[in-house]
Amino acid sequence: MKNPVRASLLVTCLVDLFYPEIGVAIVTLLRRLGVAVDFPPGQTCCGLPLFNSGYHEEAARVARRMIPLFSGSEHIVVPSGSCAWMIKKEYPGLVGDEPAVGAQARTLAERTHEFSQFLVKVLGVTRVETDFRGRVAYHDSCHLLRGLGESQSPRTLLGGLPGVELVELPGADECCGFGGSFSVRLPEVSTSILDKKIANIEKTGAGCVVACDAGCLMQMSGGLSRKGSPVKALHLAQILYSEGGSAPLPTPPPEASAGKAGGRTRAA
Amino acid sequence: MSNQASTKPFGERAAVALKDAFLQEALTIATTKFIGLRKDSFAGFPQGEELRDQARAIKEATLQKLDHYLEQLADNVERLGGHVHWAATAEEARETILGLCRDRGVKMAVKSKSMATEEIELNEALERAGVTPIETDLGEYIIQLAHEKPSHIIAPAIHKTKGQVADLFSRELKERFAADPEVLTAAARKELRQKFLQADMGITGANFAVADTGTVVLVTNEGNGRMVTSLPRIHVAVMGIEKVIPSMTDLMVFLAILARSATGQKLSVYTTLVRGPRRSGEVDGPEEFHLILMDNGRSRQIAGALREALYCLRCGACLNVCPVYRQIGGHAYGETYPGPIGILLTAMLRGDRAVKDLAHASSLCGACQEVCPVRIDIPRMLIALRHRLNRERIAPLAERLMFGIFSRVLASPALFRLGAALGRLAQRPLVRSGRLRSLPLLLGRWTRSRDLPPLAPRSFTERWKELE
Repeated sequence: MKNPVRASLLVTCLVDLFYPEIGVAIVTLLRRLGVAVDFPPGQTCCGLPLFNSGYHEEAARVARRMIPLFSGSEHIVVPSGSCAWMIKKEYPGLVGDEPAVGAQARTLAERTHEFSQFLVKVLGVTRVETDFRGRVAYHDSCHLLRGLGESQSPRTLLGGLPGVELVELPGADECCGFGGSFSVRLPEVSTSILDKKIANIEKTGAGCVVACDAGCLMQMSGGLSRKGSPVKALHLAQILYSEGGSAPLPTPPPEASAGKAGGRTRAA
Repeated sequence: MSNQASTKPFGERAAVALKDAFLQEALTIATTKFIGLRKDSFAGFPQGEELRDQARAIKEATLQKLDHYLEQLADNVERLGGHVHWAATAEEARETILGLCRDRGVKMAVKSKSMATEEIELNEALERAGVTPIETDLGEYIIQLAHEKPSHIIAPAIHKTKGQVADLFSRELKERFAADPEVLTAAARKELRQKFLQADMGITGANFAVADTGTVVLVTNEGNGRMVTSLPRIHVAVMGIEKVIPSMTDLMVFLAILARSATGQKLSVYTTLVRGPRRSGEVDGPEEFHLILMDNGRSRQIAGALREALYCLRCGACLNVCPVYRQIGGHAYGETYPGPIGILLTAMLRGDRAVKDLAHASSLCGACQEVCPVRIDIPRMLIALRHRLNRERIAPLAERLMFGIFSRVLASPALFRLGAALGRLAQRPLVRSGRLRSLPLLLGRWTRSRDLPPLAPRSFTERWKELE
């Protein structure tokens, strides 16, 4: 039997502290797909909020700690597009010149994958089994869409679910108004942008808006619940692995996606 | 504009704009239309992407030899009988024009749309000197009648609905007009026709200036640019020094993408190429042609972090897609150049202090960079600008302290865990049906309009043990 694909979860601060269930969903799903998942201890935050506000030395301090945690990792999976962008696109520029962590930062950048991209582009998985049922709309997170150039992988995964009707969200590629510290620096503007997003979500008649970034989820669910809307904002992983939906599928996966995916990646 | 900027903080100006129902309606209609037109235009133009790369490369190469191209341009303009004036500052540019007006007895000047003349606040200076400036671009004419400033780089009156324009015209022109764009345009046209014939001076900006031919290029849709450059006896063109391009071949590249980015047109209705004054034997054109090459802070940026902002073609595409601009419009920025690129241009022209708040008027969503015809990395430069505000200690002390502490916490798993534990304790009395609906201090800025999820009882890190 081939060695399984090994992946480390970089959980991100928001998922760790506010949405641990997203982390649990990812771990469970990946294991079901035959991936050996580990969770390097000592994780905090990637430093993106510091970096985007112009606190680069402060962000570098955080990055310097984060980088060595993943030195032994084959793949690093990140549940948020913005954090994946930070690690892939900004870490090398931030600390790439430093003898101690520079080379590691570049390696980490190459091995880091946003969750949906890891499933589709690394594992080659396009269909998973889930108990989730209903109509969903997908919101493109800015950093995943424009930062990492990804719009298809999440749609492919959602479109491949038998019980899920994926509807196109009008203005799906427009910002939800989160923007990290922007959301509290200019709360009225941020909320006004959010109102447009919510109006578009409601137009679709979806019971749930799906995103691949915990920041967007915090913003959209915050607006939806304040308005008393029954629409939920969920992470892609929560759709692909519906926690508590029903009994987990048998493990290890009998055949299909997992075996193929593992083989393909090892061969690469 | 700087006065306007200092009266109220940016956040308050933005909040006021959000409550202006007319503004919201006008902005939504106009920006949505522009976005669609641009998208359709590029969808049917597969070579567009390559042309954008090419245009960017031309801008970069030109900047590297800017002095050379400017000298070549000046030589060629003078060879054609024109006069070239170098202006290091806005004031020098203004004084040059006022001097020309004085020496030549100019009482009225017609203008075609020009952001460069907005930048130097020329109209106010002309009025103070007893010269009547008349804006002849329809949008500029509207806002001149309303005593306002442009709120968009290419659509100065974008913030007004047609109903508001009809009311304005009825009041100012003493005649009742219907809220019909055709009727209103005809009214403006009738008013302006006489002014073109009366004016002693025509003042324009320049979309491009071609170094090896000495050609000043104006891109317009109303034909007013052509009237301004050919009817009055003196034509003065004001341009930022970054507008020079090497050759006519380069011009073709820019023309192919400029109007598509701005309005979705293949080409604007008029592309006016001006080469010096009227020559003997020619029937029209001005007796005198003056080109003002204005620096006003630009050359300082050539080697700086904002260098790419000097590529800007002033197409306005980044404004149309910016979620912040689309909500608050141009006036709330309080500066000559609004929108994402406007923040960078303001920093360039007026210094970093002028953008202390504006530098944060972006969610960094990246939509601006995506549509920019020359792919200016606006988000990256906004981040660089924020970094400078921090390093130069222009950012508030409280903010710098907070981020300093924040980074210490994030760099230490023990402090991170402690912070989370304290947060869980503190939130306990505040959780209402699983949500935080009202929080104090900074977080109150979130919960005023949105719920916040509480910190989970157990973090993922704690739950991992069961998953292992």
